[in-house]
Amino acid sequence: MSKAREAKAAKIRQLMETEGDAVGTSTRGFNEGRYQSVQTLDDYEGLKSEARAIKEDAIERLPELIDQLRETVESNGGTLYIADDAADANQYIREVCEDKEAERVVKSKSMTSEEIEVNEDLEAADIDVVETDLGEWVLQVADESPSHIVAPAIHKSREAIADLFNETFDPDEPLETAEELTMFAREQLGELIEGADVGMTGANFITADTGTMALVTSEGNARKTAVVPDTHVAVAGVEKVIPTVEDLRPFVELIGKSGTGQDITSYISLLTPPVESPTVDFDAPDTPLSETETDRDFHLVLIDNGRFDMREDDQLRETLYCIRCSACSNVCANFQHVGGHAFGGETYSGGIGTGWEAGVEGLDSAAEFNDLCTGCSRCTTACPVEIDIPWINTVVRDRVNRGEVSELDWLVEGLTPDEEPGGVSLQKRFFGNFETAAKVGSFFAPVSNWAAGLGVSRDIMERFLGIDARRELPAFQRETLKDWFENRTSRVDDPVRTAVLYPDVYTNHVQVERGKAAVRTLEALGVDVIVPDVRSSGRAPLSQGMIATAEDHAHDVYAGLAEHIDDGRDIVVIEPSDLAMFRTEYEKFLPEKSFERISEVSYEVMEYVFGLLEHGADADALSTSEGEGVAYHSHCQQRTLGLEGHTEAVLSDLGYDVATSDVECCGMAGSFGYKSEYYELSVDVGSELQGQFQTDENRDRTVVASGTSCLEQLDSLLSRPTQHPIQLVAPRR
Amino acid sequence: MSTGTVATFEDSLERLEVGWTHASSDRLADVLEGLCSDPTIGVELPYDGVELPGWVNTDPTPADLREANAGITAAGLGIADYGSVVVQGTPDGIEPVSLFGDLHVAVLRRSDIVPGMPEAFDWLGEEFRTGHSSAIIATGPSATADMGALVKGAHGPKEVHVVILDE
Repeated sequence: MSKAREAKAAKIRQLMETEGDAVGTSTRGFNEGRYQSVQTLDDYEGLKSEARAIKEDAIERLPELIDQLRETVESNGGTLYIADDAADANQYIREVCEDKEAERVVKSKSMTSEEIEVNEDLEAADIDVVETDLGEWVLQVADESPSHIVAPAIHKSREAIADLFNETFDPDEPLETAEELTMFAREQLGELIEGADVGMTGANFITADTGTMALVTSEGNARKTAVVPDTHVAVAGVEKVIPTVEDLRPFVELIGKSGTGQDITSYISLLTPPVESPTVDFDAPDTPLSETETDRDFHLVLIDNGRFDMREDDQLRETLYCIRCSACSNVCANFQHVGGHAFGGETYSGGIGTGWEAGVEGLDSAAEFNDLCTGCSRCTTACPVEIDIPWINTVVRDRVNRGEVSELDWLVEGLTPDEEPGGVSLQKRFFGNFETAAKVGSFFAPVSNWAAGLGVSRDIMERFLGIDARRELPAFQRETLKDWFENRTSRVDDPVRTAVLYPDVYTNHVQVERGKAAVRTLEALGVDVIVPDVRSSGRAPLSQGMIATAEDHAHDVYAGLAEHIDDGRDIVVIEPSDLAMFRTEYEKFLPEKSFERISEVSYEVMEYVFGLLEHGADADALSTSEGEGVAYHSHCQQRTLGLEGHTEAVLSDLGYDVATSDVECCGMAGSFGYKSEYYELSVDVGSELQGQFQTDENRDRTVVASGTSCLEQLDSLLSRPTQHPIQLVAPRR
Repeated sequence: MSTGTVATFEDSLERLEVGWTHASSDRLADVLEGLCSDPTIGVELPYDGVELPGWVNTDPTPADLREANAGITAAGLGIADYGSVVVQGTPDGIEPVSLFGDLHVAVLRRSDIVPGMPEAFDWLGEEFRTGHSSAIIATGPSATADMGALVKGAHGPKEVHVVILDE
């Protein structure tokens, strides 16, 4: 393994050991809470679209809204400052504090203030800064960085926090329970807030019409921070501005549900500072509030720091719609296992973190963790503003690839069948061009499989391609699905429909049996089947960030299928990740009409079988059962497309007793689980699925899974055989 | 307000484990006495003919805030779907009084309960455009899970009780 890969693997291994359990418990709890909480909404999808539309409009009209906001803030009696970058913002904030002769600033939680590192700047000017959010305070005491954008200290267990407090503060009685720790922090921080000169908050949203900011919190520290001192500094990115107070509504309903799975957080503070509430001057403890001279000062510091450039960037712009709810972190299988200390950059972590880091810090910081996004797409439906987070990760990967030019690239460029310039690593190029490898593999099979399996080959593959030697390689079949199909005649006399079975690379070269099973199943249900010679979908290069190559595939695939579509044939796809290309990613690559045509007639194979059975096809033509137990794992992208239920329904209709896994992803994710730097993480993620299929209730069930990757992962983790569901239901010969 | 909306509000409070009591204006003093223990601070209620009992300190100092067991304030709005009350910051100190005590007692007129967030934000938009400077949508007590388990009572109240004023 290369040194860089070994170092990355070691860091991931260490974080899985030290922080994985604590992060996993919390994020899985948040994620489960989200599923339950959004069910309380009458129209969840509609609300997300509404939120999305508000953000699209606000970013489109941002300069105009900021002008309006400046007027409202100033007429309210506050000051608006637009900071170009972190240094500019820090200087302004420091000057405000120095004007007030402030000795202590109390802060409520704000990721934007982490981004500009204002604490360090103020401390350098001898101003004491106290984080009052309990999680942030723990990190301040421990001198650690956040591992999650909403719950910053989730990587620390209760025991670790108790040890930290007991060591640092040496309380009379050692602290132990969460209750004791919380009450201790409340007391300590309460005193610090009482003596504060300036209160600093973030802002989740700011409305241009009234200058009202919304703070989403639960502890009450933001309320105290804003009300006790007479000076309030709010720090936020420019993207937080939305048009009106009424526009807050969808966000208020979505943010807690999407993030930590709470219907709503304890407090939504809506403040139009300077507020009318009296200040609380603990230096004059016996002066009634009614006699306190309240003369409040308010500074809103809006930070550009790369955001206006992101707004001009057609690919990164969507990032600015992000409301920092953390849904994309919590739903992410990889994040659940390593947390934000691996899956994060300078400031931001999780799926959308790549977009933020690329825009705010630059590609180098994004490149640190970008590859941890496998493109499983589970975050896309969790995001309350419908951001295509995997696409942003792919774009950033593409840019990172293009930015990394090494000396030998001119050589590689000329030899590989892709559209990429130099810079793409050999590892990414190999996986991106897997179709080529598969063709060669099948041609030379079984010799190629033996050769590839030799110790010396695995050693070379590991060293040069970063393919982990512990991972079993796919076995290429000498007879491809296309070969097999060409050598037989169709047996449907009076077909109800004609379908094109799309020969994805894996089905064609490796898992040929599931292709045959699909042909036999469709024919048994009265469908005439064609298996054409069409190029691979482009999923493989896309997942390596090779966008130009993926687009080239898309054009070829469409060209190869267009006449079939024109002829009224359905496109049936076995591999869910390829179907997802046709139904979602091709929108980026093809003309609108072409995309509509291919996406509308493409079906996942079990979805198609479901449709046929619904329309009267004879289920008895398939392999029925009288209650055979089946353990089913649906592919991540298939679930995002909403197609998990079709397989379950077909299996149940045919008499199988189905138990479905509820993990977000198997952990294999195409090439991810082969890569030596990620192999152990992949296995760790897979261990959850392994556990679910080995319970007393499930251990004797027949294992079926929809995706190639899922099957490979399950094969390596379970000792019993696995298959695609189509193989289970196909008619016995 | 329709009985359905009030019932939904009560269901939501139940789910949040927030106590509630119905009271007519002449029974209010007794209800408050049953809920609060000394020292109790408060802000006079903006409802005609309704006054806080004499044992409530309505002119608190910072030291009183620090020592308060309970804080009694009006709530401008109740939101049935969520069991939220809207606490409006005013010059007479509703925000600190509702925030510092261990118990916050929110007194809410039955007619001020709305079904959901759309109605609440129609109302809030109007409030902010006509000069109100702050409103907290408060749902249950303050809470945190930052110390390894959910704890009620972080920086704010550990308990909330809603008194629904029947007219």
